[in-house]
Amino acid sequence: MTGILQQLINGISLGSIYALIALGYTMVYGIIKLINFAHGDIYMIGAFLGYYFINEYQLSFLPALLLAMIISAFLGVVIEFLAYRPLRNSARITVLITAIGVSFLIENVMIKLFTANSRAFPQAIEQQKFTFGSLQVSNYQLIIIVTTLILMTLLQFIVQKTKMGKAMRAVSVDTDAAMLMGINVNLTISFTFAIGSALAAAGGVLIGLYYNSIDPMMGVVPGLKAFIAAVLGGIGLIPGAVVGGLFIGIMETVVSALGFSVFKDAFVYGILIIILLIKPSGLLGKNVKEKV
Amino acid sequence: MALLEIKSLTKNFGGLAAVSNVDLYLEEQELVGLIGPNGAGKTTLFNLLTGVYEPSEGEVNFQGERLNGKKPFVIANKGLSRTFQNIRLFRELTVLDNVLIAMNNRYKEGLFTSILRLPKFYKVEASMKEEALSLLQIFELDGKNEELAKNLSYGEQRRLEIVRALATKPKILFLDEPAAGMNPQETADLTALIRKIQKEFAITVLLIEHDMSLVMDVCERIYVLEYGQLIAHGTPDEIKVNPKVIQAYLGGEV
Amino acid sequence: MKLVNRHTFAWLIVIVISFLAIEGLVSVGILDVFYEMALVQIGINIILGIGLNLIIGVSGQFSLGHAGFMAIGAYSVGIVYLDNPTVTGFFLGVLLGLVLSGVVALLIGIPTLRLKGDYLAIATLGVSEIIRIAITNMKITNGAAGISGIPLFDAIPMRQLVFIFVVIVTIIVVNYVRSSDGRATLSIRENEIAAESMGINTTKYKVMAFVIGAMTASIAGGLYASYFNTIVPTNFNFMKSVDILIIVVFGGIGSFTGTFVAALVLGILNTLLQDVSDLRMIIYSLALIIIMIFKPSGLLGTKEFSFSKLFSKKIKKAKKGGSTDGSVRN
Repeated sequence: MTGILQQLINGISLGSIYALIALGYTMVYGIIKLINFAHGDIYMIGAFLGYYFINEYQLSFLPALLLAMIISAFLGVVIEFLAYRPLRNSARITVLITAIGVSFLIENVMIKLFTANSRAFPQAIEQQKFTFGSLQVSNYQLIIIVTTLILMTLLQFIVQKTKMGKAMRAVSVDTDAAMLMGINVNLTISFTFAIGSALAAAGGVLIGLYYNSIDPMMGVVPGLKAFIAAVLGGIGLIPGAVVGGLFIGIMETVVSALGFSVFKDAFVYGILIIILLIKPSGLLGKNVKEKV
Repeated sequence: MALLEIKSLTKNFGGLAAVSNVDLYLEEQELVGLIGPNGAGKTTLFNLLTGVYEPSEGEVNFQGERLNGKKPFVIANKGLSRTFQNIRLFRELTVLDNVLIAMNNRYKEGLFTSILRLPKFYKVEASMKEEALSLLQIFELDGKNEELAKNLSYGEQRRLEIVRALATKPKILFLDEPAAGMNPQETADLTALIRKIQKEFAITVLLIEHDMSLVMDVCERIYVLEYGQLIAHGTPDEIKVNPKVIQAYLGGEV
Repeated sequence: MKLVNRHTFAWLIVIVISFLAIEGLVSVGILDVFYEMALVQIGINIILGIGLNLIIGVSGQFSLGHAGFMAIGAYSVGIVYLDNPTVTGFFLGVLLGLVLSGVVALLIGIPTLRLKGDYLAIATLGVSEIIRIAITNMKITNGAAGISGIPLFDAIPMRQLVFIFVVIVTIIVVNYVRSSDGRATLSIRENEIAAESMGINTTKYKVMAFVIGAMTASIAGGLYASYFNTIVPTNFNFMKSVDILIIVVFGGIGSFTGTFVAALVLGILNTLLQDVSDLRMIIYSLALIIIMIFKPSGLLGTKEFSFSKLFSKKIKKAKKGGSTDGSVRN
C-alpha cells in the first residue's frame, strides 16, 4: 500500500512538470493550432537561466525561478513574433517545420555556448527527506507540487477572470470573429506565448532542482511527452493538459516500479494511440464532426 | 416498388431531431423537389441518404436493398450521387481530374498495369478521358479541362459539381441548392440544364432548392420539410395552395 | 500514343545521362569518397522523401513516423545480410524488410488512418517510437548496442545500387500517383467527404499510400544498413522522421520534383557545412526557418517537372505562331 502511495507521490511530482510544459503546448495549440516544437526548448532555457542566476548571481531559488520565468516569457514572445507571426496564414505544416527549425536553432546555439555536456544544477535549497513510516517525500517534491499548484491556480484565474483571459478564449474559438469584436489578436497570441513559456521555464527550473542535472538537449523528450500529455487530456483544454500530464507522470513511475522501466516510453505511446483511437479528442475533449 | 423508399427516417443530434419520421419515395426517372425553410433538415436528409450520417431510426431502401449504415462510397457506387450546398470540389486538381476521379470505380486500371504502364493502362486512360470530355462538353466546360477547379467562376464550379456527380453514372442524383448564389439568368439556364440532364441521362433527380420558381417549374412532385418533419407532399399546384406550406413560408399570412 | 512514347524516352535519356555523369565524375576523381558518401546519402534521402511525400503530399495524411519503417528495413537487411553475406542474402533482407514494413503499415494504418491531421501525426510518431523501443529491447536486434559489421554490398558499387533503387522507387511511386488510383488518393487530400461521396473508398487508398510509403522507407533503411555497416536504434528516432519531413516540406508538399531538389540542396548544404561542423546545425536550422518564412510552399510548391507538359507547350507555341484555328470556343 505504501509502495503504491510512494509511486503516486513520485508520479505526481514528475507529472506536475509534464503538466507545466503541457499547458504551454495546449494553450498555443488552442489559439493558433500549432504544435510548437520549440516549447520543450523553452523549458530547457528556463533550466539554464535558473542555473545561471543561482550560480553566477548567487540568487536564491525563488527570485531565480521568477527571473527565469520572465526572461523565458519574453523569449517565447520574440520567437512567436519573428518566426511564427509571418506565417500566420500559411499551411499549418509550414509553421510546424518552422517550429522544428526554431527548436533545432535553440538547441544548437545552446550546444555552441555551453557544450552538449550535462552540468550539475546548483542546490539552491538543501535537499531534505521526510519519512512517514516507509513513505519518503523530499522537500523538492513538495516544492514542485506546491509551485505547480500555485501556478495553475494563477493561470486559471488569468484565463477565467481577466480581460486578457477572455480574449484568449475568444481567439481560440474563432480568431476572425474575435478580431471583428475588436480584440487585439496579435497581442493575445503574444500573451499566450508569454504565459506558456513562463510555465515551461518554471518546469525547467524545478526539474533542474529535482534531477540536479541539465543539458541543452534536455527539453526534447519531456517536450514530446508533454505534448502527448496535452493530446491525451484533450488538446486545447487547460484542465486536459493537467490531467494528461499527471496521468503520464504517474504511469511512467508505476511502469518503472513494476520493473518495465525500459518500456515506459512504449507504454506512454501505446496508451496514447489507444486513447486516440477510442476518443481522438482526448480524455476531456468533445468530439467535433465536420459539418457537411 | 419505388426506386428509393424511405420509411420513418429519423436523425437525432443530441436531443434535437434534425429529421424526424420522414417517409419519402422516388420513382424511376422522376424529378422531385424538396423544399422547406432554412434549418428544416433538408441537407441532413441528403446526408442520411448518401451515408454521410447514419440514421438514428428508420430505413432507406434502394431497389429493395437496405442502405442504412452503409458507407458513403458504397452508397455512391450503388448509384446515388450528390452535389454539395457548400461546393466541395477537388480545388487544387484540374477540371478533368475532378471528373475522372468520380469515374474511378467504373474503370479498373489495376495496380501493376498502371505502375508498369502496360498498354492496357493507356487504353483505359484514353477511354476514361473520352467519356469525361464528352460529359464536360454537355456542360460547356470542355474548354476548361486543364484549369484548376478553384480557378473556375462560381457558376462553373456549380456546374462542375453536377458533372462530377454524373460521372459516377448515378441512378439517382441529389442536387443540394444548385442555384444558390446565381442570378436569374443563370438560374434559368440551370433550370433548362436540370431538365436536360434528367431526360438525357434517364435518371431520377431529387432537388433541394430555395428558388421557388425553379422548383415549381421543373419538379413533378414536391416534398416540404419543416422542423425536420414532412408537412406536405404533392404536385406543384397542390403545394402552391397548401395552407401548411403557406404558413411555413409566410408565417401565417396568406 | 506517340506523345507518351516521346516523354518516356526523354526520361530514359535523363536517367542514362545522370548515371553516366556520376560515373564519369567518379572515374576522373572529381567525386571522391567523401562526395560519394554524400551522394549515397542524398539517394537514400530521396527514396525516403518520395515515400513520405506519397503519404503527406498525395493522400494528405500527416505521418511523423517514417523512421520506424526505415528501421524495419535496416534491421531486416542488417540481420539477414550479416548472416548470409551474399547478393542473395542482401536481397532476401530487402524482401524481408518490404514484407515486414508492409504488414506493420497495414496493421497500423487501418485503425490509425481514421485519425485526422495532428492526431494522426502524433499517433504515427508513437508507432515509430514503439518500433524503436521494441528494437532496443530485442535480442535478435542486439538491443541498444545495435548491429555492426554489416557487409557492404559489393556486387556493384553502392552508388550504383542506390541510383538504381532511386529510379525504381520513383517510377513506381510516380506512376502510381499518375493513375486512376493515384487520382483517387489525391481526392482524399483535396476533400475527403466529397471523395467518399464520389465512390472513393478513402480508407483503402489512404492505407495503400501508407503501405507503399512504408515499404519504400524500408528499402532506404536496407541501403543505409549496408552502406554504413553499423545500425543502432537511435539512428531511427523521431529526429530522423523530422529530417525526412523537412525534405518533403522544403521541396514542396506534393511535388516529387521538389523532393529531389530538396534532398539535393539539403545534402549539398550539409556537405558544404561539414567544415564548420560546430556551426553546421545552427546554419542549417536558420536556413530552414528563413526559407519557410520566405517560401512557405517549399521550393517548388506543387509544381512538377514534366516532359509531356514541356512538349505540349512547344506544340501550343508552334500553333500560336501559325494561324488561329477553330479550337478556341466562344
